[in-house]
Amino acid sequence: MNAALVQFKPRKGDVDANLAAMRAVFEQLAAGEPDLIVFPEAALTGYFLEGGVYELALTAPEIARRLDAAWRAVAPDRACDVVTGFYENAAGTFHNSAIYVRCGEPGGARIVHVHRKMFLPTYGVFDEERFLTRGRRLSVFETAFGKAAILICEDAWHALMSTVAALKGARLLIVPSASPGRGLCGVDELESNTRWKAILSAAAAEHGVYVVYAGLTGFEGGKGMSGGTSAFSPRGDLLASAPPLDPCIVRLRLDPEEVDLARATIPLLGDLGAVLPDLWLDPEIPVMRRLEDNE
Amino acid sequence: MSALPVVDAPVDEPSLRINPALTASWLEAFLCDELVERRGIGRAIIGLSGGIDSALVAYLCARALGPENVYAIRLPYKSSSPSSLSDAQRIIDALGIHGETIEITDAVDGYLKHAPEADARRKGNVMARMRMLVLFDQSARRNALPVGTGNKTERLMGYFTWHADDTPPVNPIGDLFKTQVWALARYLGVPAEVVDKPPSADLEADQTDESDLGITYANADRILNLILLGYRDDAIVARGHDPDEVRLVRRRVDGTHWKRHLPTTALVSSTAINEFYLRPVDY
Repeated sequence: MNAALVQFKPRKGDVDANLAAMRAVFEQLAAGEPDLIVFPEAALTGYFLEGGVYELALTAPEIARRLDAAWRAVAPDRACDVVTGFYENAAGTFHNSAIYVRCGEPGGARIVHVHRKMFLPTYGVFDEERFLTRGRRLSVFETAFGKAAILICEDAWHALMSTVAALKGARLLIVPSASPGRGLCGVDELESNTRWKAILSAAAAEHGVYVVYAGLTGFEGGKGMSGGTSAFSPRGDLLASAPPLDPCIVRLRLDPEEVDLARATIPLLGDLGAVLPDLWLDPEIPVMRRLEDNE
Repeated sequence: MSALPVVDAPVDEPSLRINPALTASWLEAFLCDELVERRGIGRAIIGLSGGIDSALVAYLCARALGPENVYAIRLPYKSSSPSSLSDAQRIIDALGIHGETIEITDAVDGYLKHAPEADARRKGNVMARMRMLVLFDQSARRNALPVGTGNKTERLMGYFTWHADDTPPVNPIGDLFKTQVWALARYLGVPAEVVDKPPSADLEADQTDESDLGITYANADRILNLILLGYRDDAIVARGHDPDEVRLVRRRVDGTHWKRHLPTTALVSSTAINEFYLRPVDY
């Protein structure tokens, strides 16, 4: 599977302009026959909207239709999977979502999956849960590569999320993100970017999954979205990474055999599957205690 | 068996060290995005005092926008130190940016003759607000955006004139402590005469920031950093800081939260601006 990860700099609040920019990316990539193109979190609007979410959120079918039209305009004879983050209006409930849509098929856009961000950061500079409702389910879905899952930004900071995705069969983790860069003490990159790489690499290596990360870039009211678009092999190796602030594209080939080999060499995921019941059915862990309290 | 070697972890204090190359490139990108891309204004105007903060901002703007797009305005009052003027000229010459001097003495004294009892603090505030007025008018004249020069230390200590020094719509160094400003200025080649002189608001003769504040910037920055990270006073003292200095800094921070906000507005509806009606600055 040929994947392209787009480090994208949206125009704040301008969905039409951002879709036009995505179309330009499609045009640039089409000749290379991509199978998967990933845009970051909130790529259609920019990340910090506050109450503007209610003005700019779209439905998943509408996003799918418009992405399909943009792709079809540049590559009418070839299908491609596109992932992008967007603010979703789900019948008056608003989510920070990412859509996985198959574009360019004869029957029109096909929505493969919509992931609604589960961990909505609401601390410090972040205020998501003031405006948005969190998702309630982490699902995996079938792609041409195999099973995949989407984790949006803070979703990926919780090791349990990548663990659950891998246990449910994911071989590819797609991480659209919008991360305000911070920490100027880093050796050659922001400390927040270093932290991201450590998290993504660890998730990839522990579970034997590809992890692909597309980061928003550009400043939003003084907060610089730190890009950091990157890809990690199922062994946890950094395959490619983008510079922090410039829009750009990271391309790579995802090879299913790499997942098999990584898991065969270090079978941590298999080990976890064996031990999981002992861990999970432990009444001392908080989720079990809460269930008991409710009784 | 001989005693095993022991490795004791030091009492941790978060570092204020910065990577100056990384910091410079980040702040230059900020200036390009905020001025050129968001506002479509490719020119910056800076009140250049001769001190390190405005010098650093001039260097950042010149790197981000090109020296031909940076206007440095010197705004002396009759009591301003002549060395401030010459240090500002040093910056203008080094960068090749536009420079102009506009005396504020007539304007300030025109008001102060109606306020003969005004003490040094009031006079200083009048001068600071007059500089703001001139800077914004010159901004309109040149279609250049005023760029702020307040650093994080003075913002936290409340060591500035409200609605004067803090008025420019963008500020590249407002999240840098003073000691970080020094580090970045040295890296960018700000002349040693400007970097190494004692910081001064230059509102009165022989005034220095550190004597006004009652603490060195080096100590204030370390204490401020720990306060911002949530440490209690006793935990800060346990890291080797003087209890009186910790109290001083805490008092200044706690007494000036209002200076870091817009005016307080009486909320009477469920559509109050910035309370219920919430839109980001770049929306």
